Amino acid sequence: MSKQASNAVQLWDFPGGIHPPERKQLANRTPIAHLPLPSVLYIPLRQHLGSAGNILVQPGDTVLRGQALTEPGHTGGLPVHAPTSGTVQAIIDHPSNHPSMLAEPCIQLIPDGLHNSVAFEPISNPFEATALSLLQHIQQAGIAGMGGAGFPTAQKLAQSRRIELLIINGVECEPYIVSDDRLMREHAATIVRGSLLIGHILGNPAIVIAVEDNKPEAIQALEHALTQLDSQQAEQISLRVVPTKYPSGGEKQLIQVLTGKQVPARGYPAHIGIIMQNVGTAFAVARAIDHGEPLMERVVTLTGEAFAQPGTVWGLLGTPIAHLLTHAGLQTEAQQRIIVGGPMMGFTVTDLQIPITKTTNCLLAPTTTEIPAKRQELACIRCGACEQVCPASILPQQLYWLARAKDHDGLAQHHLSDCIECGACAYVCPSEIPLVHYYRQAKADIREAHIEQQKAEIARQRFEARQARLQREKEERLERHRQAAEARQKALAAREREHAQQAEPAAPNAPAAASDDPQKAKVAAAIARAKAKKAAQQVQQQSQQGDSESS
Amino acid sequence: MSILSGILVLAGLALLFGLILGFAAIRFKVESDPLVDQIDEILPQTQCGQCGYPGCRPYAEAIANGDDINKCPPGGEATIQKLSDLTGREAKPLDAAHGVEDVKKVAYIREDECIGCTKCIQACPVDAIMGANRQMHTVIADECTGCDLCVEPCPVDCIDMLPVTTKPERWRWQLDSIPVTVVDATQALPEQKAEPKEEHSGSQV
Repeated sequence: MSKQASNAVQLWDFPGGIHPPERKQLANRTPIAHLPLPSVLYIPLRQHLGSAGNILVQPGDTVLRGQALTEPGHTGGLPVHAPTSGTVQAIIDHPSNHPSMLAEPCIQLIPDGLHNSVAFEPISNPFEATALSLLQHIQQAGIAGMGGAGFPTAQKLAQSRRIELLIINGVECEPYIVSDDRLMREHAATIVRGSLLIGHILGNPAIVIAVEDNKPEAIQALEHALTQLDSQQAEQISLRVVPTKYPSGGEKQLIQVLTGKQVPARGYPAHIGIIMQNVGTAFAVARAIDHGEPLMERVVTLTGEAFAQPGTVWGLLGTPIAHLLTHAGLQTEAQQRIIVGGPMMGFTVTDLQIPITKTTNCLLAPTTTEIPAKRQELACIRCGACEQVCPASILPQQLYWLARAKDHDGLAQHHLSDCIECGACAYVCPSEIPLVHYYRQAKADIREAHIEQQKAEIARQRFEARQARLQREKEERLERHRQAAEARQKALAAREREHAQQAEPAAPNAPAAASDDPQKAKVAAAIARAKAKKAAQQVQQQSQQGDSESS
Repeated sequence: MSILSGILVLAGLALLFGLILGFAAIRFKVESDPLVDQIDEILPQTQCGQCGYPGCRPYAEAIANGDDINKCPPGGEATIQKLSDLTGREAKPLDAAHGVEDVKKVAYIREDECIGCTKCIQACPVDAIMGANRQMHTVIADECTGCDLCVEPCPVDCIDMLPVTTKPERWRWQLDSIPVTVVDATQALPEQKAEPKEEHSGSQV
């Protein structure tokens, strides 16, 4: 019944988009599996957008499952938690789960196999609790957006703006990936619960759960979960089935599909009264509030024809991906590629010890017949196919030329910042130009130039401030010297006057030698005093040097 | 008659425009040379003095007065290109007499060797070194421009210039620079062939 209702609602379309082979059947037929514990975990301190927290543990510490390993520092950041009990072996730099594979600080945890947990503190009656207390709880649970970008959830929900619509994103439009699909099938009630809790935090806006129409089982499960709600809650929350098209799961694209509204360039959905959360995030929020569990694991899709047993697993955060690959029976071929993420937006990795993080939704191991290896990039023939499929309505081909010319102003004029890096343009490109790679490089160059510009500006200010300070000090010194000289001259003049006055009455009586003697004695005494002072200083300096040398 | 009126009109116009220009010259007076500001904007502000001038602004002034635009090693070719675009002068290659383009560096004081002489503090053009007399000094890495000026005065040679390490969030997508290593799956996945059955049963744990 609710399906009919949801389908009766008007939906919009976004420009462009593609229909690549979905290939979701590979991994979505088996339940989400639990893995045996890995022998070691590398838990990155930073698994979200923003800065890392402060480390709370030391090598040698024994930690329990769910224990916070970091706390937010003064620059923000999210805590990370131990996903199982064990011993902290070291805090080391370990290759990161990032296209660069650069080493990042990680906590190396050796599980003890006992899986002992701390006492979790759920919030009873969360619908009576204040939004602030729930937000703090979500922050403490270390929840970051699990759709991909990893934006801290509490920060996103702490909106001062009025939110009219909360969208729970279960679209999962990228081929191969089925993590959200399986989660919705198996934990629909928890997702609905989490959605209502997020809605409560946001002041009860309308809630829409959006799912692509290629996931009938997930839709059924959610419909069933929605029928279990009481009438008031059922009125607040609804399910929308959206047509399958890549990238309808993109934040701005899904908002356009559901509401017909466009998010302003360089703006956030909150600017038009909308907030979007991934179903995985809603699930994590429900677990954190109802069970007190911090974010310690996530669903990871293991898919591709190189796997003997593709499927989905609960991956403990920090598990080296080799552990997961082994579990799914990876049958490697000569030049096996391992892709983190999907075929459209993922990146190839060369180190299998990189850890699972809060945003790792898929490990794809395709065979060469399945996804052919990248061929030689050919010249752009200006066919315009990329422009037809761009969901952001920008001009990929023009951006390509500008990026090659490193024309940063031109790129800004052509709205490079609106590119969501979905890869639709590269997918249709007949010359196989890795367009998104050019955009990412250009974006990084622009960002770097911006940072350099800011640093240069600060350096300039500091240089000028220093110059001004030196100038001021010089003037002050000169001024002091001038004043001292003046005072000396004044004193001299005064003394001379005094002498003149004394000499006048004394001159006729006293001999000159008598007045000389006491003056000479005074001068001798002053010289002796100065010498004594100098000697004392030298002694002191020597003893100080002796000190510093001995120290 | 018509000649006279013509002369009068032209004279009147000349007077009017003269007044407007005169007013504008006073009202919109620019204190410093705008070209110097624009050049200063382009220079990298390391204040290293490799150009032979005591800081970026003095070099900017020198360029505005006709000095060469290829004396800034920290800025490198990119800066020369921008200066060339601005001044309309030919973009010559970097003058090697002033140094060569190098990776970005940051000063690091080996703190247990520092004797607290404050000589580096006095040398730092951007006040990026903290410390006091007979107290250990340290570099504020975020403020350091990598100018190298603190290394020379240090009497105990405890300052190193370390290359700036790239963080993932500031990585520039140089995929070509990642060494392509073919992952030897038999080594990377030791358990794969040894116990394939156990894995499967393990999935139910």
